[in-house]
Amino acid sequence: MSILVDGSTRLCVSGITGREGTFHSLRNREYGTNVVGGVTPGKGGQDVDGIPVFNTFAEAVRETGANTAMIFVPPRFAADSILEAEDAGIELIVAITEGIPAHDELRVFNTLRRNGRARLIGPNCPGILSPGKANVGIIPASFFSAGNVGVVSRSGTLTYQIGNVLAQQGFGNSTIVGIGGDPVPGTDFIDVLAMFEADPETELIVMCGEIGGDAEERAADYIAEHVSKPVVGYIAGFTAPPGKTMGHAGAIVSGSQGTARAKAEALERRGVRVGRTPTQVAELAVSLLGNRSAV
Amino acid sequence: MEAAPGAACGGPGGEAAGWPGGRWARREVARREVARREVRPAGGGPGVDPGKVPAMDLLEYQGKQLFARHGVPVPEGRLAVSVEEALAAADDLGYPCVIKAQVQIGGRGKAGGIKLARDRDEARQHAEAILGMDIRGLTVHELWVEKASEIDAEYYASVVFDRSAKAPLLMLSTRGGMDIEEVAAEDPQAIARLHVDPLLGFQDFHGRRLAFEAGVAGDVVRQVGEMLGRLYEVFVAEEATLVEVNPLIVTSGPSEQGGVRAVRALDAKVTLDDNAMFRHADNAQLRDISAEDPQERMAKERGLTYVKLDGDIGILGNGAGLVMSTLDVVAEAGGAPANFLDAGGGSKAEAITNAVEVILSNPRVKAVLFNIFGGITRCDEVARGLIEAFHQINPQVPFVVRLDGTNDQEGRRLLAEANLPNVHVEATMDGAARRVVELAAAEVMEAPSG
Repeated sequence: MSILVDGSTRLCVSGITGREGTFHSLRNREYGTNVVGGVTPGKGGQDVDGIPVFNTFAEAVRETGANTAMIFVPPRFAADSILEAEDAGIELIVAITEGIPAHDELRVFNTLRRNGRARLIGPNCPGILSPGKANVGIIPASFFSAGNVGVVSRSGTLTYQIGNVLAQQGFGNSTIVGIGGDPVPGTDFIDVLAMFEADPETELIVMCGEIGGDAEERAADYIAEHVSKPVVGYIAGFTAPPGKTMGHAGAIVSGSQGTARAKAEALERRGVRVGRTPTQVAELAVSLLGNRSAV
Repeated sequence: MEAAPGAACGGPGGEAAGWPGGRWARREVARREVARREVRPAGGGPGVDPGKVPAMDLLEYQGKQLFARHGVPVPEGRLAVSVEEALAAADDLGYPCVIKAQVQIGGRGKAGGIKLARDRDEARQHAEAILGMDIRGLTVHELWVEKASEIDAEYYASVVFDRSAKAPLLMLSTRGGMDIEEVAAEDPQAIARLHVDPLLGFQDFHGRRLAFEAGVAGDVVRQVGEMLGRLYEVFVAEEATLVEVNPLIVTSGPSEQGGVRAVRALDAKVTLDDNAMFRHADNAQLRDISAEDPQERMAKERGLTYVKLDGDIGILGNGAGLVMSTLDVVAEAGGAPANFLDAGGGSKAEAITNAVEVILSNPRVKAVLFNIFGGITRCDEVARGLIEAFHQINPQVPFVVRLDGTNDQEGRRLLAEANLPNVHVEATMDGAARRVVELAAAEVMEAPSG
């Protein structure tokens, strides 16, 4: 098993006719993802290397039975595109676009939460890879193989780095989920931790955080209460200049300074082992799972 | 009754609360942030924070102008960029008035940047002293001359983008005029809080409830509630991530509503979302580029997120998380990073060439580490950019390059073919970090001493 994306994924890409949209849609298809269509208003009836393009998500869903959307349009159009996908009945929306205005994200998040029909991953994320099954997004899949380690991360490229060192130790992955680095992620650590906990294939969870906000601290509490599987943490930003992320008012809100040290300590207090470098994360994974995955 | 100077100036405590956002990290790039601050000796320096909204902080007077546009009552004031203009403004407004330095940093009052002038001589004296003054590394170029206000009470009000709750948070306290963080630590009950459903928006009852819960004086409950509604309007209409008033004062009236006493925003701290600036052309022009570090400005103009640090190893990577991790790994290997630079997702060759120029514009850089793990970024583009940079600027320091991910083989092949002088390709991030630390140390030793 795996989480979020697999062989049943039927992907429709918003912005499929753009340069990046085309490049990554075709890469996802090449990997084995079932890319059933794309949406670009005004280009309905065309195709991208055989993938049909529709004017609207409603039409795309009607014609193709798409159940997953990937958003690849520029920031000013992205919120609208996410809402359109949800309105059309798409259940999983993966938003790669970065730079979406914060108030747009707030409106999208609260609308999706109110309606309760769709899950949003991202925005500003690298997507989701279930090795051997489906790749939705921009994660370079050739570095990863199927296995028992679930990875959830706020940062795209850091996810690749961690996945890569795990692979060098012989670990494969059930699913790699990039939840994105924006202030209002559609899905947070806790959501994904719960999914990995319930996924029989996942035996170890690696959680990669970064400075800023308090998502890692909240995840630490959740792990202590609800996660029975071993979790290895990593926090980037120990040597970054100490910050006042959202300023004074922000610090009051979160009750946390958002530093790497504070996050690592919160995790360690809850029994989560935290690697100081990506390589140490892989070493901790070995110590927790042994080398059986490499056999 | 004459206003007490400290109170009229908003009090040193209120000033000490400082700027919440900070001016830099905007990666046009939320994602590319690292941690913020404290790099610059003067404080208010940069830092990076992934997940923070890329922000643009406004000066007090700019915030007050936005307030006025949305009906938030503010004291009358004028902007002045010379002593003559300040005197004209003061004469116009009448005495006593307050001369306030306009810089994006806390502690203006303590630094002597806010003064009460009882007459023309004092106004001249203060304007002369404050213009050109250095406040924690920032030079004062602008003054806000404002009618002095009598102060009966000082409150605190704000609208904050609450990441955890995914909703705007309204806060109100009757203990304004001082550092609100201190209040929060000492007596959390002293701050009334309420989340607003962003799909519903501000309702009058929100204002009433906060005002009663915070315990504001009965005669101004309605006015304070209304002001909260207006501040929420500023927050939404201008796409702010923070709107803060400290102090919000109760002063002698008459109020707009005919009350004996009135409320006014005596200070304004507004942080706008850079990502939304395409919808706010007027606000985009408010950016204070004079306050930005020249190298950071150069990077920003080129769409790169750059933060200067104290060390001597230039760092370039793609994606804030990986760049932060690279800083950590270099530090673990015994090196000191000279900067954070996130070339961003999908970096094209030109962006890489630009980034090399920005990194090398810092004379302390002894060696440079490229750590690229391409997803949307293509390693062949990175290699092309580096090769082009070598053609254009002929760097004199060693480069260590680690390329993995999309089109990495092609990237490494291009680099091997170009055979650039003093460019070392490493297979792993740890190996690359160790190598660049060694090379930087060797450069230091080889540097001519005379």
